[in-house]
Amino acid sequence: MPLDTSLVRKQFKVIGTRVRRPDGIDKVTGRAKYGADAFAPGQLIGLVLRSPHAHARIKKIDISKAEKLQGVKAVITAADLPDLTGGDRGMRDILENCMARSKALYDGHAVAAVAAVDAHTAKQALKLIKIDYEVLPHVTDVDEALKPGAPLIHDDIFTDGIEPKPTKPSNFCKLAEYGHGDVEAGFKEADFVIEKSYKTEQTHQGYIEPHACLANVSPDGVAELWVTTQGPFVYRNHCAALLGLDANKLRVTASEIGGGFGGKTHVWAEPLALALSRKANRPVKLTMTRDEVFRATGPTSSASIDVKVGVKKDGTVTAAFAELRYQNGAFPFTWAEFGAMTAFACYDFKNVKTVSRDAVVNRPKCAAYRAPSAPIAAFAVESTMDMAAKAIGMDPIDFRIKNAAREGTKSSYGPVFGPIGIGPTLEAAKKHAHWNAPLGENQGRGMACGFWFNFGGQTCVDLNVTPDGSVTVALGTIDVGGSRASMALAVAEELGVAYEQVRCVVADTSSLGHNDMTDGSRGTFSSSMAAVDAARKAIHTMRERAAKIWEIPLDEVEWIDGQAKAVGEKHGNKAPLSIKEIAAQAANTGGPIAGHSEIVADGAGVSFATHICDAEVDPETGRTSIKRYTVIQDAGKAMHPSYVEGQYQGGAAQGIGWALNEEYIYGKDGRLQNAGFLDYRIPVCSDLPFIDTQILEIPNPNHPYGVRGVGETSIVPPLGAIGNAISNAAGVRLNHVPMSPPRVLKAIKDAR
Amino acid sequence: MRYESPATTKDAVALLAKEKGQAFVLAGGTDLLVKMKAGMLEPDLVVDIKRIKGMKEIKKTASGFSIGAAVPCAALKENAALVKTWPGVVEGASLIGSKQVQGRCTMAGNLCNASPAADSVPGLVAAGAKVVIAGPRGTRKLAVEDVPAGVGRTVLKKGEFISAIELPKKPARSGDAYLRFIPRTEMDIAVVSAGVSLTLDAKGVITAARVALGAVAPTVLLVKEAAKAIIGSKLDDEAKARLTAAASAAARPIDDKRGTKEFRIDVAGVLARRAAELAYARAGGK
Repeated sequence: MPLDTSLVRKQFKVIGTRVRRPDGIDKVTGRAKYGADAFAPGQLIGLVLRSPHAHARIKKIDISKAEKLQGVKAVITAADLPDLTGGDRGMRDILENCMARSKALYDGHAVAAVAAVDAHTAKQALKLIKIDYEVLPHVTDVDEALKPGAPLIHDDIFTDGIEPKPTKPSNFCKLAEYGHGDVEAGFKEADFVIEKSYKTEQTHQGYIEPHACLANVSPDGVAELWVTTQGPFVYRNHCAALLGLDANKLRVTASEIGGGFGGKTHVWAEPLALALSRKANRPVKLTMTRDEVFRATGPTSSASIDVKVGVKKDGTVTAAFAELRYQNGAFPFTWAEFGAMTAFACYDFKNVKTVSRDAVVNRPKCAAYRAPSAPIAAFAVESTMDMAAKAIGMDPIDFRIKNAAREGTKSSYGPVFGPIGIGPTLEAAKKHAHWNAPLGENQGRGMACGFWFNFGGQTCVDLNVTPDGSVTVALGTIDVGGSRASMALAVAEELGVAYEQVRCVVADTSSLGHNDMTDGSRGTFSSSMAAVDAARKAIHTMRERAAKIWEIPLDEVEWIDGQAKAVGEKHGNKAPLSIKEIAAQAANTGGPIAGHSEIVADGAGVSFATHICDAEVDPETGRTSIKRYTVIQDAGKAMHPSYVEGQYQGGAAQGIGWALNEEYIYGKDGRLQNAGFLDYRIPVCSDLPFIDTQILEIPNPNHPYGVRGVGETSIVPPLGAIGNAISNAAGVRLNHVPMSPPRVLKAIKDAR
Repeated sequence: MRYESPATTKDAVALLAKEKGQAFVLAGGTDLLVKMKAGMLEPDLVVDIKRIKGMKEIKKTASGFSIGAAVPCAALKENAALVKTWPGVVEGASLIGSKQVQGRCTMAGNLCNASPAADSVPGLVAAGAKVVIAGPRGTRKLAVEDVPAGVGRTVLKKGEFISAIELPKKPARSGDAYLRFIPRTEMDIAVVSAGVSLTLDAKGVITAARVALGAVAPTVLLVKEAAKAIIGSKLDDEAKARLTAAASAAARPIDDKRGTKEFRIDVAGVLARRAAELAYARAGGK
């Protein structure tokens, strides 16, 4: 029975209400169990030895002294993780990133690990490991890495996307192009052509909970892993493959998660914890320090971008072009290509072209960070769009409305859009009180737009009706943004019962089929599709049971308001059967009542937002404070509006931090200088104004309730919105993020 | 590692003097324990001075205030007389770390950690504060600005530790202030900072001033030229311009992860001027 996604239900009973979150009490009282909160009898403490060099050949590792230290139970190196990847480049890179093989590729790259009876002993053991390095020249800047003659990081990267394929290896891992029309001809039609180059520095997701796990491998090859992760099934699959285990023998249980934002989509030290446990034959707990989180997990790219926009006096954009160069860290990926796809997605341009150049550098392997790559591209594009509007003297919102993509637009990255929200968010911004409010001295207002694809993917849900008639739901997507509440709402809506009657849990990997990660804003979108499907199947079963009890045909039983009702005049005197009554008789009518759903959640609706920001710039110090901030975003349908608002505010808060102060700072020696929250400056509460939100609901036709993912788009516009606000406050255009006080003050001085 | 918590200054000095390995004094521990946890320090001996009588007391004396070396910064803010007399000193001390850190951290520890960015130090230097040093040869006093010898180094000798900080009596028509520049609003380390203390005559003319700058040199600087720039003035625009220029000229910072050299030189002047304006108003100047 395929899932009916047609929007038959326009009126909802519980969807869209602000019910109490199921994890609230545990989280505020400290009862919730996170990655570092698990303990096992006899557990050891695992610690990782990391390269202090940005790029070095590992000539020799001597672990003999460490192994002899009293209390040390296992010491591992790459030799304990043989390459079982069978030529799969992606998996081999994951393996090599977890533990350096012939070369250390960045400051913080793991080179060995120990497990000992306590942390003190483990620390002593790390000091006893002797490594003979041959330090090699390094490169950490993306433009430098792409130059001929740059230090070569891998000798087997031959640029993808160039025909014929180069025969010489380089750091340039992929070239890609998107767009349509003839941009050269388009620029010739323009009255003004605006060209600008931009740089953005590397940022980390900055989740408060460091990576932590408890690994327990038994001598018979059965293993358990308790871990903070966005994807227990993916962690299971990857760890099993890297360690040579069958996937069914490794049970991964996801802890509560203290933030991920994309950073907990990859395995980092988990395979090492498992390898240590296997070697020591004891459980091993491994918790990263903040220093390790910064140096050796997956921040987002730093980038360098050129943008060119041609515009007519009437506001028509005749052509737009961007070249985007992103670094992927030490291993190849396609983060620049993501930037190229998203860059102009908000707009309907006749002639548009983007070119991406992906590079590897001596920095940690980049991972996803909330709408990965898009904020960087949007900063460059939205700044240039703002300059174009100024050049023709047009209001920046009117200028964007004139060029906004709409239903039927062929997007700059290929697909034709269905019903979308960019136009409505712009119209709402124009009407918003914020856009028309007065400004104080040294203050300026800016706005910007943002786009994100959103993903669907493989998803399972198991729903069980308990003997007392309450409902349990097992989810395979971990709850990072309120999905347990939203899934309970979806099930309650379908069954016609109270929200409180439904309890959702996140299942371990042995209890459900494979689920993709909670990423791409897919958690609520895809799991609610599966939850609706599972609930409808359970309803079907309960109708069957009622028919059996009543001894009438199934098609004479309807499900109305949480009860089975016999329909038709001849059954007029039959009292309806509640879930409770049907459940009570389950043993006599066919056994336990359940609903299962295993789907590929296709049709994630694309997402758009428009942000408005007021910035105040101290002209003597270059310090920017954000005075007012408004997020307007299309949610399709907000299942739980408070969580949706939280996502909007969270993305804006991270974007503000990125725009103003956050950056990886590397020394000339290629070492990260600010691997801690003191000098990697995420905003504190008092740095932020109240972030106002406005939810628009343009239904996604592919979801039974019209839901679109909402988690990521909110981080896309802030960099541009703040840059535009600073430009209006201080009269200077910043082209380098973060727009930190030294950069802003320098720009102000240069303009004097 | 040994941990000792002696009951007298004499015992503390003896322990510190006798130790052959690395010995450290523990007051609030907000620097020492963090460094130990990060593996930057591995002491052989830690001497906790919090149990020594008087170390956690703020005393009003005939010559001003005497603040015990283990007085947490949060306690300074709760002492109304101290806040009224030396608001700039208390402001600086109150900016260290977070609320939790405030309950532990001390001005003496902040000074001995010898960071050029120490928030409590420029205010103390501007105020003309002195430290009382206990040691194997008895006690000695030193001006606060003479304690740091460089980044992370002090002039304290083996067996010595700071037992108290003394603030002088404040003359009539005096005011002080401390300002720092951080990119955030709190929980941060000064990129540049300035402490100013000044005294006016009955007409509002500045008769005495001390200007201190933080995070623009290996140690906190007492900038006499900056003080000279405003003495004799009513802090008019010309005096302010002279002060700004003198403060910037005295700054000799480095480029680092917290700010550029150019930025620090510029902002040192701006902050010195703004702190002087605040101190002038507090002294009753109009």
